[in-house]
Amino acid sequence: MARINWYKYASPTNFYPFAEKMIPWFAFPAAVLFIVGLYVGFFVAPSDFQQGDAYRIIFIHVPAAWMGMLLYVLMAIYAAIGWAFNARLSSMMASAISITGAMFTFLSLVTGSLWGKPTWGTWWVWDARLTSTLILLFLYIGFISLQASIDDPRRADRAGAVLAIVGVINVPIIYFSVQWWNTLHQGATIRLLGKPTMAPPMLAAMLIMLAACWLYSIAVVLVRLRYIIIEREQNAARAAEVSV
Amino acid sequence: MKRRHKRMGFIISGLAGLAIATGLALNAFQDNLVFFFSPSQVAAKEAPTGRTFRIGGLVQEGTVKRDTDGLTVRFTVTDTAQGIPVIYKGILPDLFKEGKGCVAQGKVGANGVFYADQVLAKHDENYMPPEAGQAIDNAKAAKTVVDN
Repeated sequence: MARINWYKYASPTNFYPFAEKMIPWFAFPAAVLFIVGLYVGFFVAPSDFQQGDAYRIIFIHVPAAWMGMLLYVLMAIYAAIGWAFNARLSSMMASAISITGAMFTFLSLVTGSLWGKPTWGTWWVWDARLTSTLILLFLYIGFISLQASIDDPRRADRAGAVLAIVGVINVPIIYFSVQWWNTLHQGATIRLLGKPTMAPPMLAAMLIMLAACWLYSIAVVLVRLRYIIIEREQNAARAAEVSV
Repeated sequence: MKRRHKRMGFIISGLAGLAIATGLALNAFQDNLVFFFSPSQVAAKEAPTGRTFRIGGLVQEGTVKRDTDGLTVRFTVTDTAQGIPVIYKGILPDLFKEGKGCVAQGKVGANGVFYADQVLAKHDENYMPPEAGQAIDNAKAAKTVVDN
């Protein structure tokens, strides 16, 4: 059995052509799953007994909110590894994830606001769940602007890593906010333990959308990672491109 | 010990310290982090009754009454143990219903009535098709008949 030499792909120059090959394998399934998920969400899933059709925003809102939190944790892990082990590619990965994570967090805030007006009767309240999610968006924006403001890429990586790691404390606060404090935002419908309190076709649409968001994120992060590699290792990457 | 292991240890211990600090801070600010108080907390004088605050709970069944002006609504917010009468003048959100959750913002008057200037509907985490919702309502109605 041939063993894969993982260290080979830890080098940005070797990862660059590998990433290029991987992108279509995530991008096309993502597109297909988005179409299937939206179809199931809008045409197969029944309307809700209380909210009617307004609840259908969850097919975007919930996956977006989950992605916002999960991508932050992932970003912090990559940033920490990049800092502790001096792994350039890992730090670049953190930078590549940050923008997609910020986008999903922004999307979850906007969709939640659009849903909140007809359901709760308000666009925004300062309850623990909403406020901590807004802080998550600010952490992403802080990470992106901090890295952009430092010219030396390795120093930018280290500064970003500190911010990312400190901010990771916020993720469990977001997740448990609805349990720890009285919030206007409802509790979790889908729990790690126990049955989801949701009709199966609705759950199916949401999980398909979640899978689509994951695949989309991987594809987009790989695309962005390639640009970061080109930017930082221009000469090396050019050499690799010529040889491929 | 290699330098990178030292760095990793530094990161992990830093994170642990930060987690403890955050836990303590959040615990200290507990009162400011709750979005609303329950009627039982108000009864136990835990709520800041001197200023504007929010109460939350279920809208008690059979208590929603509209005044003749068509705008003023009276209802009772309950957590099944304690109830607070609420008076509100304004438009209610669509999901405001008897037996469902709501959050009201306002002040307690000397007569113990809560004068609300904003009422929000609090949605629960259950999603189901209308037929299933109907079935649960029917089952509840049947149970009430048996109980009586």
